[in-house]
Amino acid sequence: MVDFAGWDMPVQYRGVVEEHLAVRTHAGLFDVSHMGEVEIRGPKALEAVQRLTCNDASRLAPGQAQYTAFTTERGAFVDDVIVYCMSAGRYFICVNAANTAKDFAWVRSHLVAGAEAVDRSAEFAQIALQGPEAFAILRGIAEAEIENLKPFTFVEAPVAGIPSLIARTGYTGEDGFEMYCPSSKAAELWDTLLGVGAPFGLTPCGLAARDTLRLEACLMLYGNDIDETTTVLEAGLNFILKLDKGDFIGRETLARQKETGTPRRLVAFEMVERGIARHGYPVALDGKEAGHVTSGTFVPFLKKNVGMTYLPSPAAREGQEFDVMIRGKSTRARVVRSPHYKRQARATGGRA
Amino acid sequence: MYPDNLRYTKEHEWVSVKETTGTIGVTHFAQKELGDVVFVELPEVGRKIKSGDEFGTIESVKAVSEVYAPVSGEVLEVNKSLVDHPEIVNEDPYGRGWILKVRLDSPGEVASLMDAAAYQTFIAGQGH
Repeated sequence: MVDFAGWDMPVQYRGVVEEHLAVRTHAGLFDVSHMGEVEIRGPKALEAVQRLTCNDASRLAPGQAQYTAFTTERGAFVDDVIVYCMSAGRYFICVNAANTAKDFAWVRSHLVAGAEAVDRSAEFAQIALQGPEAFAILRGIAEAEIENLKPFTFVEAPVAGIPSLIARTGYTGEDGFEMYCPSSKAAELWDTLLGVGAPFGLTPCGLAARDTLRLEACLMLYGNDIDETTTVLEAGLNFILKLDKGDFIGRETLARQKETGTPRRLVAFEMVERGIARHGYPVALDGKEAGHVTSGTFVPFLKKNVGMTYLPSPAAREGQEFDVMIRGKSTRARVVRSPHYKRQARATGGRA
Repeated sequence: MYPDNLRYTKEHEWVSVKETTGTIGVTHFAQKELGDVVFVELPEVGRKIKSGDEFGTIESVKAVSEVYAPVSGEVLEVNKSLVDHPEIVNEDPYGRGWILKVRLDSPGEVASLMDAAAYQTFIAGQGH
């Protein structure tokens, strides 16, 4: 167990490689109750969410969710979050654990009249069921037609009798579900899912596998790949940036940056020479220091040494080679297309 | 878990001595603490190592760990099978997972290392 933002978190159960492969081939279960939840509600809740985030929350109908970010005036990340539209005047926002207090303070200081924010983090646990068998495991115990749940939609329904919000979202690059339930019921939900999932090869997974899975799928980790110094465009998250939705915090800077281009961009890379890139290792381009590795590891499914880093924009193109300094030694790496891993479309529960 | 015919260090390496050749690896405790080993960096044959020197690196998915020489000598052979199959360190740390062989400068040097009983007492004291 390790301390993570004040939570005792399991790093691994059976071993990171076994857990990682279980999620790619069968299913894995993650206790991610450390994630924070902020609710914004009131007649002006939509206006408040629109002002705080860079994606267009007005496109959300009740039951729909969206990946987005709280942005600073400089177009950087206060946090990357998922917004769930519960009803016209009620938005539920899942935030990163380490940022919960910061986010809540940020939201409160940028609210509009007619909206209020409530930190509901302590009320909810979150359990993620991820992998190609996730649907088959959940269908028997979810009291809802989950085959109709498209990616980034959700339904409020009991799972094995436990009141839950079931969302078709995740952080692994696989099909799957994230379930929010009352904290007092979390252990029961966990045990029930593990029991029902056992015949399907369901494996409990820790933080280590969560990190290798998300990196294999090139999903961002706040504090590593994105933070208050990196803009939405530098991170390449153009798909969550809706400049035409009206004003929001950071819009002006991002509109200008979209016009003029960003000085650097986040890229995915693979090691060409032997060596594992790690968070913080320096990166050199043509012998000159150009930044550092934001995330890096060995990924067990692809069996490759991969990572992400910011490179000056002219060099941020597929095939570009550069060096990662591994214990002082220049080790060759190459920019590759993101993501490293993309799941094949499978016929699971009526989804393409 | 901790064979009687080996000697151990506080950094969790083991060494076995046969005449003037020492074979070096990491212990069961080390491989278990590291988790799945995915990369082993080996020294070059012919390199002189001194006891206490760092001579290589073992990486698991989550951690980077240096390996220190338990004894002094010249590297005679390295276990090349670890390059493509580093997981052998987990599977068989005292057998196929050996890391390197050295010609010992002084075979008596191992006497200063822990025996199996002392090592087990040592790791028990580390809270495991």
